[in-house]
Amino acid sequence: MFDRMMFRQFLNGAFVVACGLATLIALGALILILWSLVQQGLGGLDLKVFTMTQPAPGSVGGLSNAIVGSIFMCAWAMIFALVVGVLAGTWLAEYGGDTPYGHVVRFLNDVLLSAPSILVGLFVYELLVRPFHGFSAWAGAVALAFLATPIVTRTTEDILNLQAGALREAGMALGASKSFVIRKIIWKSARAGLVTGGLLGFARISGETAPLLFTSLGNQFFSTDMSHPMASLPTTIFQFALSAYDDWRRLAWAGALLIAVAVLSINIIGRALARETRRA
Amino acid sequence: MGDMLFQAACFAAATLLMAALAGVVISLAIGGWPAFAKFGLGFLTSSEWNPVTEVYGAAGPIVGTLVTSFVSLAIALPLAIGVSVFLVEFCPRQIARPVAIAVELLAGIPSIVYGMWGLFVLAPWFAEHVQLPLIMNAEPGSWQDKIFSGVPNGANIFTASLILAIMILPYMAAVFRELFLTVPPQVREAAYGLGCTPFEVIRSIIIPYVRRGMVGVVMLGLGRALGETMAVTFIIGNSHAFPDSAFASGSTIASTIANEFTEATGEMHTAALIALGLVLFLITFSVLAVARALLSSQKY
Repeated sequence: MFDRMMFRQFLNGAFVVACGLATLIALGALILILWSLVQQGLGGLDLKVFTMTQPAPGSVGGLSNAIVGSIFMCAWAMIFALVVGVLAGTWLAEYGGDTPYGHVVRFLNDVLLSAPSILVGLFVYELLVRPFHGFSAWAGAVALAFLATPIVTRTTEDILNLQAGALREAGMALGASKSFVIRKIIWKSARAGLVTGGLLGFARISGETAPLLFTSLGNQFFSTDMSHPMASLPTTIFQFALSAYDDWRRLAWAGALLIAVAVLSINIIGRALARETRRA
Repeated sequence: MGDMLFQAACFAAATLLMAALAGVVISLAIGGWPAFAKFGLGFLTSSEWNPVTEVYGAAGPIVGTLVTSFVSLAIALPLAIGVSVFLVEFCPRQIARPVAIAVELLAGIPSIVYGMWGLFVLAPWFAEHVQLPLIMNAEPGSWQDKIFSGVPNGANIFTASLILAIMILPYMAAVFRELFLTVPPQVREAAYGLGCTPFEVIRSIIIPYVRRGMVGVVMLGLGRALGETMAVTFIIGNSHAFPDSAFASGSTIASTIANEFTEATGEMHTAALIALGLVLFLITFSVLAVARALLSSQKY
């Protein structure tokens, strides 16, 4: 009897230690990654990174063309994604979510949410690059939009379902039409949540590399023309990191640090906003 | 009238989402058709991938994808369960919250960052401190020699799996934690009341309670690992040969597409890469479909 108890205690102790160790290993690995990112990235980070365009190996330069390209494509992608995602999420929450068709849409949206991004790149290549015989920033923006839309749809549906039914009834009782109630009352009261969905989508696409490789391609010059190839931060990092030049690699680390910081801060802002809404 | 228009717009947006997924399948099927038509089943079973002679067999990348994904899952799964159990059950609340938030934030770090770390930090370290000693100490012809053979540069199937594991770990740990938190406190307290140790509560009460959801999360993690491109492309070594040892360089479907697509030499090369994409889609789609079906039956 006593032995059995000892054995159970021992097993329990071993388990607690194992779980603690797992946490230490996991956090250790992630801290190592962040540490080398900061260590290697900070060295290459100065004003020139933001003001000068991509250098030839061995000369001075920065990443301004890539940064601006990323912002342009992500901004356009978010415009597409917000329009389609908010409308689709609204349909799921307010109109057809319980119909068989609604279930199919929700299921496929969830699949799309974690579909490999490189396949979205291939799809957009077939859709927009091959027929028009050329890589373009539009194609890149559309590829990113396909990745952000499911996230916006999902958060929109979730947040609209949280809005009080009494709000809808009150609007209807005043004689407003259903679409008026949704647009002027429900969307308004869910505003912070909708912004959070947008931010989460934005954070997801701003670091995406794979879908841009064969849609927007990359561009060593400064360009804001959406119908031509455009540089982006992730693809430039990819190209520079795999190069044999030390100064390109330094820029790649600086770029990686920039992206990581940007993504982390967008996520933190989104989270803070979400918490505000829940409290309100 | 405006009412109808608005509803129609919402409906159209929802349908567009479906059309997008259908479009992915159709465009991949059309684009990859020439390769399937020419090589038939050999496309899946042959491991000869040669753009010069225009012969394409994708067994190497397909096996590479499956091996790296499952190895990374085998590494990440116990760690993820350990982390989430620790955070939910054993950790003081004041520490658990910040750590949980940190883990969730890390799940959002772009994969290219993990890839760069793998290439510049992990690979050289691994080559010098693990791979070389192992190769040196293995007797020629012994089983160790076979398993550890490969170019000692740290870019191989095993390090790629390691990077993948580090990548999917925070994601899986975050969702596991959410799952464990859904277990009603009464169930837990009842078990403690019977005199169970924490380990027994977790093993016999909590894990069975969320079992379906856990399988769903595992499948989601697997789906991520299967489709992950950038982290792997940096470090897998990019060879199309059939991987013959743990430290052999290899390739995955995603890394092959990322590396070769813009430089494809001819129509057939492009078609073969798109056909590879279709194979990847079918694999991930089935995994994700199972995951979602399991998770939606367990609301968390």
